[in-house]
Amino acid sequence: MNTLLWVVLPYACLTVFVAGHVWRWRYDQFGWTTHTSQLLENRLLRLSSPLFHLGAFGVIGGHAMGLLIPASLTGRLGVPEHVYHLVSVSAGTATGLMLVAGLVLLIARRFAAGRIRRVTTTMDKVLYAFLTAMVVLGMTATIGKNMLGGGYDYRETIAVWFRGIFWFQPHTELMTSAPLVYQLHALGGFLFLALWPFTRLVHVWSAPLAYLWRPYVVYRARRSPAPAPQPTPAAVRDGGPGSLVL
Amino acid sequence: MRIRAQVAMVMNLDKCIGCHTCSVTCKQTWTNREGTEYVWFNNVETKPGIGYPKHYEDQDRWHGGWKLDRKGRLVLRSGGRGKRLSRIFANPDLPSIDDYYEPATFDKDILVSAPGGLKDTPVKRPHSALTGEPMAVTWGANWEDSLGGQSGQDDPNLARMATKVKLEFEKTFMFHLPRICEHCLNPACVSACPSGAMYKREEDGIVLVDQDRCRGWRMCVSACPYKKVYVNHATGKAEKCTFCFPRIEAGQPTICSETCVGRLRYLGIVLYDEDAVLAAASVEDEKDLLEAQRAAFVDPYDPAVGEAGLPAEWIAAAQASPVWKLISEYRIALPLHPEYRTMPMVWYVPPLSPVLDATGAAGRDDTDADDIFHTIRDLRIPVEYLAELFTAGDVPVVTGVLMKLAAMRSYMRARTLDGTVAQELLDSIGMTAGQVEAMYRLLAIAKYDERYVVPAAHAKDAAALEAQAATHGDCPVGGSDEDFRRADGRRGLHLNPLRSRS
Repeated sequence: MNTLLWVVLPYACLTVFVAGHVWRWRYDQFGWTTHTSQLLENRLLRLSSPLFHLGAFGVIGGHAMGLLIPASLTGRLGVPEHVYHLVSVSAGTATGLMLVAGLVLLIARRFAAGRIRRVTTTMDKVLYAFLTAMVVLGMTATIGKNMLGGGYDYRETIAVWFRGIFWFQPHTELMTSAPLVYQLHALGGFLFLALWPFTRLVHVWSAPLAYLWRPYVVYRARRSPAPAPQPTPAAVRDGGPGSLVL
Repeated sequence: MRIRAQVAMVMNLDKCIGCHTCSVTCKQTWTNREGTEYVWFNNVETKPGIGYPKHYEDQDRWHGGWKLDRKGRLVLRSGGRGKRLSRIFANPDLPSIDDYYEPATFDKDILVSAPGGLKDTPVKRPHSALTGEPMAVTWGANWEDSLGGQSGQDDPNLARMATKVKLEFEKTFMFHLPRICEHCLNPACVSACPSGAMYKREEDGIVLVDQDRCRGWRMCVSACPYKKVYVNHATGKAEKCTFCFPRIEAGQPTICSETCVGRLRYLGIVLYDEDAVLAAASVEDEKDLLEAQRAAFVDPYDPAVGEAGLPAEWIAAAQASPVWKLISEYRIALPLHPEYRTMPMVWYVPPLSPVLDATGAAGRDDTDADDIFHTIRDLRIPVEYLAELFTAGDVPVVTGVLMKLAAMRSYMRARTLDGTVAQELLDSIGMTAGQVEAMYRLLAIAKYDERYVVPAAHAKDAAALEAQAATHGDCPVGGSDEDFRRADGRRGLHLNPLRSRS
């Protein structure tokens, strides 16, 4: 069971994540979009979308910091443990709250505005439900355990297990001892990755950074060959040369 | 010098009767689909009027087009690259659907499914195409048709005029302005597209959206000062006037030109120097933009054209181009809002009719050139208004064009009725008798093949395409209502018409 949860499932999810993106990129460029609905509703979006996205940047950055940077490295750089803890809890809570506020407003917007409700797909609803669950678990861990509770040093367990997956040395025993909320959040995280390529989240990979240096006006030559010249209706009417159609 | 060809259009506004045939045939061809109900690649608005979408010409509000920064460099009015990306999560300049209008459909089924023997005739009611709920129709793409809505008062062009205007009934003048994408030489939409999905075609200058590469950042919509790029709210991608490129490639005119009842559209090639575009768009005084753009065009008889590697049939088409003649030889066509600095390529012959109406109203003879000249000089309001639209407020340029049109009328009248040549009229506008008569022919009686001079794209490609079509059958039109799938299974934009959902 432990192997299934902490070894098989992560690898399965990562496989789906990679293969799903390859499939979507090759077969559904047309569906690869933010699927903007700002045209239909502007007032709520103007507040909630930047809140959500900036919060998400903070949260993603926090996860990268916590999971990818070994505690030994920050220790060697001379960052005391309590300073790290303070930074991670305060920044995590702040950006997490931005994310929560943005998400709540975005979901409210989806269901309050009839115009938006009509264009909301099933996949959007699944995505919103999943995001909500993940955020609730994550905030419970950050605020409930680390801020108000005694604190849990995930850097010695979860982060090591997480990095181990990429070295192909998963240490399941590190996860079995973790608190339930962390376990659920970690499992949910991998399932979330598996869901990713099939949702509008693919737009994340299209963050248009190349815009910063490309020339303003883009010229492009026609790729497909041109169709055969057709006689104009006037030529057909006048029975001139080239008026024989098909 | 890099010479490129551009397919361009001129519309003679005197002949537009506002019948909307162009809009309707365009809509039936391109935008009668779910997600594009509110989209009119071609629309006809009544001027003065606030237009479609509402107040689109008010760039203090929408920040469309280009401007010069303090150092005189050309920058997008909505901000540079960094600023644009910082606003990607919520575009502050994007019009909402209510700035266009809420599209409606009708429950027509009730007309055939109502039970017999009713005392009252069944009535179909409007339903929102966005929510399906019953709605009141309170605005449309042409709500102010023929000044019906009386919102001409709020026209942003009137607000900019030096003369303070109140459109009293007796001073009212109006004309129709058909608008499509301008296919600009310096397109703001292309420049604002974060994904690089929008592009200008090298061969014919047509500006298109790559549906596979558009990611729905919607910056093109706000950057276009003419608001001629639209969001398809069903696909989440941008769409715009295609200049009917499949027809142009086959040597046929666009569908709006083809079906124009007034025969007021002219379609042809204009050659331009790509290297001169940036400098032309960057001239300091807005009133110099018109001349700068004309100077960026290349005379099709220039020997340099032969060395540019253009196909011979394209050079021949450029030499026969009615658009080139109206813009550069007769100099009676003017660009719409040159002050946006996008170098638009759909130009207009300004309407003389508001002036003629006023000439008659003032008790003068509207067939007499002198009387018309006097009226043009007296009539500050319509002429200043036309200048706001077509010359960045440069009144003498508009006056000059109107005088040419008036002189042409009087000259031809004398020529036809009395058989005399009014040399003093020719002298007053600086044109030869041959030029005026050729101009008259082009404006009044030019046939289909003279109005639309479109070279077919390189014929040598044709066989390859036919082979491709035979083996694939990649056709986005017709078929099922399901998503369009290309022959290799990839999803794509389908152009199936919208069916009634109720």
